[in-house]
Amino acid sequence: MIEQRKLRVATVSLAGCFGCHMSLLDIDEHLFELLDRIDFDRSPLTDIKHCGPCDIGLVEGGVCNAENVHVLREFRANCRTLVALGACAVNGGLPAQRNHLDLGACLDEVYRSRPGLACAAVPNDPELPLLLDKVHPIHEVVRVDYFLPGCPPSGEAIWKFLADLVNGRTPRVTGPLLHFD
Amino acid sequence: MSATFLLDGQPVSFEPGQTILEAARAAGRYIPHLCWHPDFPPHGSCKLCIVKVAGRHVSSCAMPAKEGWEVESDTPEMNGERRALLQMLFVEGNHFCPSCEKSGNCQLQALAYDLEMMTPRFNHFFPDRPVDASHPDVLLDFNRCIYCELCVRASRDKDGKGIFALTNRGIHKHLVVNAESGRLADTDFSADDMAANICPVGVILHKRVGFAVPIGQRTYDEAPIHLVAMRPEAAGDD
Repeated sequence: MIEQRKLRVATVSLAGCFGCHMSLLDIDEHLFELLDRIDFDRSPLTDIKHCGPCDIGLVEGGVCNAENVHVLREFRANCRTLVALGACAVNGGLPAQRNHLDLGACLDEVYRSRPGLACAAVPNDPELPLLLDKVHPIHEVVRVDYFLPGCPPSGEAIWKFLADLVNGRTPRVTGPLLHFD
Repeated sequence: MSATFLLDGQPVSFEPGQTILEAARAAGRYIPHLCWHPDFPPHGSCKLCIVKVAGRHVSSCAMPAKEGWEVESDTPEMNGERRALLQMLFVEGNHFCPSCEKSGNCQLQALAYDLEMMTPRFNHFFPDRPVDASHPDVLLDFNRCIYCELCVRASRDKDGKGIFALTNRGIHKHLVVNAESGRLADTDFSADDMAANICPVGVILHKRVGFAVPIGQRTYDEAPIHLVAMRPEAAGDD
């Protein structure tokens, strides 16, 4: 019998809070089962900086700056199946709550007009990625194969989803596992 | 013997004048809906109750049942259409469930769960809709309004106050408060009004009770909307 090739999985947090990655760790002992079937490529768990060819890409967070766009496009180019993981990737989530405000006014409010700031200026280090005018769900930037909403999706939901995916089934998360909050 | 039609292949009997949705409900069969309420005439605006009759899409809340009709409701095609309608409702407003105190009691959210809406699919509008916190007992968060007009109808027809209205048309349509200032505090609105307790989403919120029932123990955490809506006490609100 031919041993099954391990699937390569990349994960990233764009404009997210790493809560979905924490929830991924919440699958607890299923992690052992999962690691029998997958290897991690680029991920906060491996610290690999660029994504190679992968079977599955899990994207947490929406797109709020220029770097997010580049990373997301790299994921799309390299991942056969791209998954929007969690509320921010699915619909922009909390970061997108700035979308009805003017970006310049937001920066002013945070970096210049707040009382008690030592040197009130908007950070402009060239290493900082430029912010986008609006925060976008990832499907507004690249094609996305599957969506798993939730803030964050529970460990159970993530495990059901990943178990379906690595076993070749169409991922389906329904009933009590499906939550938007 | 009363007349019958077929709903997804099963016979449903009806009285003359009953709509498809009313007859289905009386027979214990659920058809999804948001703007329909048993205490009011059909509104036919949300279109979630869409069914297929003789190749045509009709609003089952407004269409009188007819003898011998074959009505399709719980089919992949109809549920797909409903999902698309929900997706349009979600992207048109700001429906940010993680920060909404109606989460778990919201009919829009519960229907999205029931119909397995995994993505908003369309591009979000992210409209700017300031809230009205002027009233001492009730907060108005217009971000979540779906224009079902239940509060408009309840305030006008049941409370006799006419506090709410929809103004403008098309994409510019929005909910307004009938006061010179436009503020809810400058009306005789009361938290006991029917209009204060009928919003299917999270626009009209009672103050100081937001998280009295924790997330995870709310109406649609306990049971899906297709069961909750069929309970005898379900009047359409939470």
